[in-house]
Amino acid sequence: MSANVAAAAQAASSPDDKAAISVKNLRKCFGDHEVLKGISLEAHKGDVISILGSSGSGKSTMLRCINLLETPDSGEVRVDGELIKMKQSRDGRQMPADIRQVERIRANLAMVFQSFNLWSHMTVLENLVAAPTHVLKRPRAECLEQAEALLKRVGIWERRNYYPPHMSGGQQQRAAIARALAMNPKVMLFDEPTSALDPELVGEVLRVMRSLAEEGRTMLVVTHEMGFARDVSSKVMFLHKGEVDSVGEPKDMFARPPTPQFKQFIANFNK
Amino acid sequence: MEFLSDLQAQFSTAYELLAAGWGVQLLWGIAWTLAVTVVSMLIGAVLGSLVAAAKLSHRGGLRFIGESYTTVFRGEPELLVIYLFYYGGTQVLTGVARSTGSIGSTDILNMPSFLGGVLAVGIISGAYQAEVFRGSFLAIHRGELEAARAYGMSAWLRFRLVIVPQVLRLAVPGLGNVWQLTIKDSALISVTGVAELMLTANKAARSTHHSLLFYTVAGILYLVMTSISTPIFEKAERYTSRSFTRPK
Repeated sequence: MSANVAAAAQAASSPDDKAAISVKNLRKCFGDHEVLKGISLEAHKGDVISILGSSGSGKSTMLRCINLLETPDSGEVRVDGELIKMKQSRDGRQMPADIRQVERIRANLAMVFQSFNLWSHMTVLENLVAAPTHVLKRPRAECLEQAEALLKRVGIWERRNYYPPHMSGGQQQRAAIARALAMNPKVMLFDEPTSALDPELVGEVLRVMRSLAEEGRTMLVVTHEMGFARDVSSKVMFLHKGEVDSVGEPKDMFARPPTPQFKQFIANFNK
Repeated sequence: MEFLSDLQAQFSTAYELLAAGWGVQLLWGIAWTLAVTVVSMLIGAVLGSLVAAAKLSHRGGLRFIGESYTTVFRGEPELLVIYLFYYGGTQVLTGVARSTGSIGSTDILNMPSFLGGVLAVGIISGAYQAEVFRGSFLAIHRGELEAARAYGMSAWLRFRLVIVPQVLRLAVPGLGNVWQLTIKDSALISVTGVAELMLTANKAARSTHHSLLFYTVAGILYLVMTSISTPIFEKAERYTSRSFTRPK
């Protein structure tokens, strides 16, 4: 074996190369309805993967299986190479074996929700420091300083002492993105972050997300924003009826849709 | 004119009676009534939150216990529950004490009247508070609980940082109602001999033969207590729901 090959082999197994997220053969049923029929996905550091699909295709469920907001029926999820350990419950369903591990991994995977889900009894600033101080146990002063900087970055520092219900949807979603950033997450999960917004407020949220992508953050984005998928993401994944229909680089996917289903899907959007 | 002078005479009698010591006694009665109500509310808050948690549990057994508790203690007359705890408690305590030989075979170990009373009223208050807490918990926006999970909060952190503050906020108006109920229930524990407002008014009425006067005064005092609590709870509600009302 030449030295070069050995070095390459070592590089391949070095921590830098470990997939940030690796999902294998994920399955999930709701009652009789099989929502995920064996989905696999790999995201490396710096990847921005847009997950597309019509409603009911399983894209949100897949995202929610990664941080165990939904428990997959089978399949495995690795975060930074670490397997989320599962066990069988008494009724035969799969459940997390170690909830502490799940909580620790969740803290590394900050999620941004469709309906913002900011804690309504806390001000914006309190929303940003709650999890870093209590979950990550970082000093409060440091968290406050970071929170103010993040709020400046997403452009709502003036609203730091507002309660979420007093702000517009776009401002709330930007606050929610800042709350996610305050965790210094390894991967950010976006679950249709612009779907609940009035059309004129979508732009301000997409601008923030684009700037995150540009600074090299690892992001999984379930979205209906074709522009974002095409122009910002490094990879596009199209789910159809609970299966991965096609995956590829956005420019290829959109220029030459690899499957009739994906072609149909983007045609419906361009109508 | 005779009517007026009669009324004047009534007032001066009332003044003399109240100044002669019954006024101070009634004030003590108010203090005891408030003590009974506050302690009962606290007992009820602990029991109520446990029962609400049981009723919301995934486990059928716990849910059954919670349902039974609220059905029984909201469905029975309050007076019966008080008798049960006070006299029943005395019987149990006596039985236990006699069998262990700590008292003689003819002695009686009484249930302390304050304890028996606040336990009974607290348990009843708990049944109503459980309903308030359960409703408040169900009114929390599910997404906010989900966000707490997604950010790695443990069950205890979610409880402390999200559930408790939100349940309290949503529960304030309901707790205001339970507080009024509990003030009124506290009058019933006069049967156990706690010298709260009702018992004091009773004693005064009987020993002076001025029933009309003392029951009217007691009635006014109860009304003052319940009416003062309304604006206090309204203020608390404004404070706890400040995140939902527009800032000025």
